Amino acid sequence: MAEALLETAGLTKRFGGLVATGDVSLSLAPGEIHAVIGPNGAGKTTLIGQLSGELKPDSGAIRFAGADISRLGPARRAALGIARSFQITSIFREFTTLDNVALAIQARAGHSFRFWRAAGRDASLRDPAFAALGIVGLAGRADLPAGSLAHGEKRALELAMALATRPRLLLLDEPMAGMGPEESASMVRLLAGLKGRLSIVLVEHDMDAVFALADRITVMVYGRVIASGGPTAIRADPEVRRAYLGEEGG
Amino acid sequence: MIYAIEQVLNGVQFGVMLFLMAAGLTLIFGIMNLINLAHGSLYMIGAYVAAGVFSATGSFFLGLAAALTAAVLVGIAIEIIVFRTLYERDHLDQVLATFGLILFFNEMVRILWGSTALYMPVPSFLSGRVELLPGIPYPAYRVAIIAVGLAIALLLYLVIARTRIGMLIRAGASNRVMLGALGTNVTLLYTLVFALGSALAALAGVMAGPIFTVESGMGESVLILAFVVIVIGGIGSIRGAFIAALLVGVVDATGRAFLRPFLTIFMGGSAAAKFGPALASMLIYILMAAVLFVRPQGLFPPRGL
Amino acid sequence: MGGRYGAIFIVLAALALVPAVATVAEAPFYIGLFARIMVFAIAALSLDLILGYGGLVSFGHAAYFGIGAYAVGILSYYGVTDGIAHFATAFFAAAIAALFIGFVSLRTSGVYFIMITLAFGQMVYFVGIGLNEYGGDDGLNIARHSNFGAALDLDRPIVLYYFTYALLLLFLLLGNRIVRSRFGMLLQGVKSNERRMIALGFPTFRYKLAAFVMAGAVCGIAGALFANLTLFVSPSIMHWTRSGEIMMMVILGGLGSQVGPVFGAAAYLILESVLSRLTEHWQAVLGPLLILVVLFSKTGLYGLFAVSRRRSG
Repeated sequence: MAEALLETAGLTKRFGGLVATGDVSLSLAPGEIHAVIGPNGAGKTTLIGQLSGELKPDSGAIRFAGADISRLGPARRAALGIARSFQITSIFREFTTLDNVALAIQARAGHSFRFWRAAGRDASLRDPAFAALGIVGLAGRADLPAGSLAHGEKRALELAMALATRPRLLLLDEPMAGMGPEESASMVRLLAGLKGRLSIVLVEHDMDAVFALADRITVMVYGRVIASGGPTAIRADPEVRRAYLGEEGG
Repeated sequence: MIYAIEQVLNGVQFGVMLFLMAAGLTLIFGIMNLINLAHGSLYMIGAYVAAGVFSATGSFFLGLAAALTAAVLVGIAIEIIVFRTLYERDHLDQVLATFGLILFFNEMVRILWGSTALYMPVPSFLSGRVELLPGIPYPAYRVAIIAVGLAIALLLYLVIARTRIGMLIRAGASNRVMLGALGTNVTLLYTLVFALGSALAALAGVMAGPIFTVESGMGESVLILAFVVIVIGGIGSIRGAFIAALLVGVVDATGRAFLRPFLTIFMGGSAAAKFGPALASMLIYILMAAVLFVRPQGLFPPRGL
Repeated sequence: MGGRYGAIFIVLAALALVPAVATVAEAPFYIGLFARIMVFAIAALSLDLILGYGGLVSFGHAAYFGIGAYAVGILSYYGVTDGIAHFATAFFAAAIAALFIGFVSLRTSGVYFIMITLAFGQMVYFVGIGLNEYGGDDGLNIARHSNFGAALDLDRPIVLYYFTYALLLLFLLLGNRIVRSRFGMLLQGVKSNERRMIALGFPTFRYKLAAFVMAGAVCGIAGALFANLTLFVSPSIMHWTRSGEIMMMVILGGLGSQVGPVFGAAAYLILESVLSRLTEHWQAVLGPLLILVVLFSKTGLYGLFAVSRRRSG
């Protein structure tokens, strides 16, 4: 049995009196797509924040590839191979689509104390950037300002930026937020294509996508894990149906 | 020894004045997210109007009343004309616009009262000395400043922590959109808060009149110190502003008084004379740097007031 | 883009011709005026790197200007007149000051950062006033220009003019390369979305600090040039309102535009010169003027003047 790539133990985060995540433990095997679902306010984004390093847990630990990363900040975790996308699109609107991805590549290409060569003509940045855009289908939009992209395209750009850094673990926070059925289907195909090549923690509300992609699912309600297992087991779990799926019509 | 206690008291007095400035600034920033460089101008207006009315009528209290009224009116005027558009804007825009206000006000007082500094005497009923502790006479005027300042600090605390208006202010600090949605007249609230801040600044200006020179540009040095105070105390925190203001006041006063003699022990008289004053002026900023190093959000980081 | 380069070329050519035109017209005053404009253009240029490209609203930039000027002043006071000593000291003294100030200030952001840089700027001003040995409040006269040998005799106004011009060209060129380099892209990324930059793995602090130090050092050179121009330094050149003026020059010229600072410095100094001839109370006019511009352009000065130069090529 392969060792877990990512493990959390008892992750707890409070905001004032509110317990955003309470004693959350989960594990992720290499190459697995692990979905985290639950109603709004369940603590899913807080969980992602703690996994990416932006939020410090009040208690609990996080292990990545066997090492304790609980104290590392987001920049260090990114260097270790953890990439995230944001629930609310967070790109560089004034930069071109290509330059957005080029920046992501630059982040992993050693230090940036380079003052003379024009980054815009640097093939070692541009070529992989083009490749990443190609994977998500945005190659044709490369020279447009990222702020002018359609919503679904911006989400795809988010994904391209995360992929460009060749991560081992991808933290996706509602990648399909605000997308119509066609765009969502497109994104599902994309993510399915990545399966096995890297591991993904996927927070999503789109149940079709979740059941199409997930190897395992963890269900959270009010900050706590109420169930964790394979898709079929989760679909059948009465607690889950009552707390979440039942309301959605399963 | 007596000298030392006097210096500490001077520090407390200065600190209390800084608190009046800082409280207004931190309220305005905490609630309206507005950085207002022109706050010092309201201080200056308070000083000028008080000095002018006092010398015209001979009554300190008339001067005080006029100063407060003038500052509140000017404050409300600029809030309506300039700030309402600025609430939504970038901090850079706020800095530039309020910088423009400073240029304007500094020049206006020169036009109205001329370029030479105004003289404001200590009011006669406060011109004596008081024995705070046996054997230590201290100017009554400065005692009055400390007393008034502490009273206002207490009043502010009570209003904000214990009244409905205070609750609205605290709520506005944490979520202004929600407050508006609940039906509170947020625009009016903002104007009130701004008026309050202006009054506090003017009061500090009136107090400063007899002690510091009343001249164009006097607001800015106090303003920057007030910034240092709220950065040390934590932006948005009245309690932080109070503690930081006293700290800054005492450090500044004792530093200026004792650094040179202190340095003389190590460096000899002439070196201490050359560098002492310069070093003394740096003390507060070193304090600020030290605090920021350990706690970049200040001593009492904002979580409401 | 062609139009842009055209404008740059015209301005630089015009600046090159000023001494000739002024001499022929027997109005040497203009040589001094335009030399002053170029000095402030360099200062504005240095601020534009961190403000226009990096989004760092540093309100204490005049401190570095003053440090550079005082480096020349203090060295002259002790009889050191060597030009290289002057300018190297100005450069490194300003850089070191920026290193310390930046190290503390950059741990904060937003409004805290603005206030703290303002406070530190004022601190340097007060230090200047406290240094009685070097004139304190009254200022310090400088006996001679920086000495670069017979080949470069800064005592002659026209030579000093072209020396300043050469440095301006140098910094414009360096600036151009820097903003288009990886470092420049990183800086612009920080301004655009720092949170994302950190999430991507960039340790942004060290780069912001590097930019801050570079900006301070170049501003120090501007200060050294200023000292040569006026042969007098006083703490007033470090007063916080001077920081505001340099910022206004950057804004007027266009945030994040490469030659904007030259236009901005020219516009500001010429406007000041014209207004002060109209009325001694010109600041009462300039103030509201600035407010109006900020208030009435829909996206603020940021949007009105900022030239969007996010392309790397």
